[in-house]
Amino acid sequence: MAGRCLEWLAEHAGVREGHCLALDTERNRLVHVAAFGVQPVTVNGFGIDLEAHDHPLVQALTVTRPVVMAPETTGRLFSRRAPVLALPLQGADLQEAVPGGLLLIRPVTANAADLEWVAEYLGYRLVRARLRVTSAENERRLRRDRDLLRSILDRVTDPVLLTDSEGRMLIANERAERLFATREGESEGRRRAIAINNMLFSSALGRSAVEQMTSAPRELALVDPTEGSDLLFELISTTAGDARMGMGIVSVLRNVSDLRSATEEIEDNLQRLRSAEAEVRAERDRLDLIIDSVADPILVTDPSGNLVMMNTPAERMFSASARTAPEAQRVRANDANFTSFVSNLLFGKTGVSKYHGGVNLVDPKTGRSIPMEAVSGSIYGESAEVSAIVTILHDRTEAIEREQLYEQLKAASAQLERRVQEATSALVRQNELLRRQAIELEQASVAKSQFLANVSHDVRTPLNAILGYTSLLLRGVAGPLATPQRDSLGRVDANARHLLTLITDILDISRIEAGKMPVRLSPIRPKELVDEIMSEVEPLIATSNLTVTATVPEGLPVIRSDRQKVKQILLNLLTNALKFTPRGSVTVSCTHQRADRTISIAVADTGIGIAPADQGRIFEAFSQADSTSAREGGGTGLGLAICQRLALVLGGQLTVESKVREGSTFTLVIPVGASRS
Amino acid sequence: MTRKTSEPGVSPGGDGAAESGPLVLIVDDVQDNRTIYVLFLRFSGFRVVEAENGEEALAKATSLLPDVIVMDLSLPVMDGWEATRRLKRDPRTQKIPVIVLTGHALPEHAQAAREAGCDMVITKPCLPDQLMETIRRILDTPKTRAKSGR
Repeated sequence: MAGRCLEWLAEHAGVREGHCLALDTERNRLVHVAAFGVQPVTVNGFGIDLEAHDHPLVQALTVTRPVVMAPETTGRLFSRRAPVLALPLQGADLQEAVPGGLLLIRPVTANAADLEWVAEYLGYRLVRARLRVTSAENERRLRRDRDLLRSILDRVTDPVLLTDSEGRMLIANERAERLFATREGESEGRRRAIAINNMLFSSALGRSAVEQMTSAPRELALVDPTEGSDLLFELISTTAGDARMGMGIVSVLRNVSDLRSATEEIEDNLQRLRSAEAEVRAERDRLDLIIDSVADPILVTDPSGNLVMMNTPAERMFSASARTAPEAQRVRANDANFTSFVSNLLFGKTGVSKYHGGVNLVDPKTGRSIPMEAVSGSIYGESAEVSAIVTILHDRTEAIEREQLYEQLKAASAQLERRVQEATSALVRQNELLRRQAIELEQASVAKSQFLANVSHDVRTPLNAILGYTSLLLRGVAGPLATPQRDSLGRVDANARHLLTLITDILDISRIEAGKMPVRLSPIRPKELVDEIMSEVEPLIATSNLTVTATVPEGLPVIRSDRQKVKQILLNLLTNALKFTPRGSVTVSCTHQRADRTISIAVADTGIGIAPADQGRIFEAFSQADSTSAREGGGTGLGLAICQRLALVLGGQLTVESKVREGSTFTLVIPVGASRS
Repeated sequence: MTRKTSEPGVSPGGDGAAESGPLVLIVDDVQDNRTIYVLFLRFSGFRVVEAENGEEALAKATSLLPDVIVMDLSLPVMDGWEATRRLKRDPRTQKIPVIVLTGHALPEHAQAAREAGCDMVITKPCLPDQLMETIRRILDTPKTRAKSGR
């Protein structure tokens, strides 16, 4: 058709060469349709992509007037290099904006009216042809799309429906049909169920319309037509459609029957979870309270060594809220120490779940060093990995001080014990020494006593012979004696007797000192005793020129003592007084001291007296004040020593008061004694 | 000073007036002591025999049965305590008074002698007349008188 048009133009309008190009909307190209006056080989496969907007031919399409184009724009389509006229082939009355193609003509001087006519005709034909092709295509495509949509809709597990404004069902997918559509030969029950469903759905949609089609989902209860069971759906409705079709309502129903129970279950679980959480929280609060009320710092560290939790006492040691710079520095030092402790624990002691150690910390406030005892324990997670480390610190300052104190005490005690032992052993040695000395002394004393007893015996035997023979001679056993011989024998006798006294006294004093002087108690009437003594010394008194008196008051108590010893003392005192008093008097007096239950018997003389210096010595053995006086008095010098010792043996005492050339007074004081018969 | 004789025996001069007096046995190992007492007792009308140790004293006491025995304590062969004990155990001699005359001056010695059974203890020195007085006194006690009257 286009070829014939070109031939007609060549015949009638002076066209030498011409091409017809058509617009292929399928491929979006301008393609060659027919040619006149050119070699067919030059146009084979000619075409221009409409996307090339800059191309002059493409631009020529967009104008409604014929355009003269430069020869180079058409390439090799024309045999001569001359200007070409391009005419757009408009669709005329077809109301189609896009032209049907392009007519290219040479020379440009061809008859314009003929050209216009032909172009109008070709345009109309091309556009119509194109439109026919396009509508068939479109219908095919639409059908395909509808089928696709339908199958997609059917695949949707939720019932989907499209209803018109009157509630009539326009489209329903398979799921929807099961609920809402009846088929031939269905049971009565099912039919009724479907009727109810339709009624319920319409009512829900009506309600939706009233509620201004809010897009919020609503619940819709339906019946399963096959099983008769209750179903719960969530209904989502939206308006759809356009002016041509009118208003439609698209409804999607989502089966939430299972979802509902699942939701309930989830809510239940959530509730349980919340109460469990509350319990855990309460538990945690209680634990926090407990942990905070523990006086020892407690710290929880995660496996990488970061502090996770600590109680109040721990905060005091490690809290960064320190006020002053030194405090902050101490806190940092504590933190560093503790971190190194925990990292040692984490990386050095793997596999140990409990660890006992020590950390040195500093009191942030005072700067006092605190040796801490640290007990750490690992907390394991579900897969046996360490999830946390709990460390409890305990201040060991007091314990250490106590230990030190204890050590000091122990040392002191040991020292004391050592000293006591030393002292004890010294004492033991001393005691042993003393014991030995005592034994030696005892032995010496026994030996002395034995020796003295032997001396006494051995002296008495010859003395017995001396006195015996002297006595025989004096009695004239060997014949009568002249006066000078008798005097001499008298001197022998006196000296022998002196010797005897000496021996007796020595033996006495040794026995007293050896504690071998037994005391034999008996009742003594002072008056009787004094009378007896006076009568015994009567011969001595008679030969003296002295006034001798004895004063014993009435009513003196009976004393209980060793009569023989009291008598020995008093005889000695009286004899001495008589011996050492050249003139004057000797007085014996007796007094009773009720307060201290004693009797005093005093022998006072007006004799030569004793010098003060000698007064202490007269009671010592073998120390008569003056040996001359002893010899003159015929004493042994032991008498007063014996008397004083005897007085002590009796529980009393013997004292002296004396002035030289004025006299002496010896006083014997003895206890009255227990018995007062 | 002391003179001992190896030959004890009846003292010289034991005849005449003393033949009827009480018989005294003097036991002492020192000749001088025996001599003094023998001389004086005979002079005073006693019959006297001597012994110089305990064994001899026992022999003479059992054979002669003296009226009184004067016994020293420290004696050779057999001491005075032992001799006294035996005399007092022997029925023949147990009634004869024993006067212990000793140089031992301590009370324990006298006590030991009394425990041996002696009738009296005198400590030397003892003058001859003092001894004689003692003998007379002991012979005059009822017990001794009854015995001597036998």
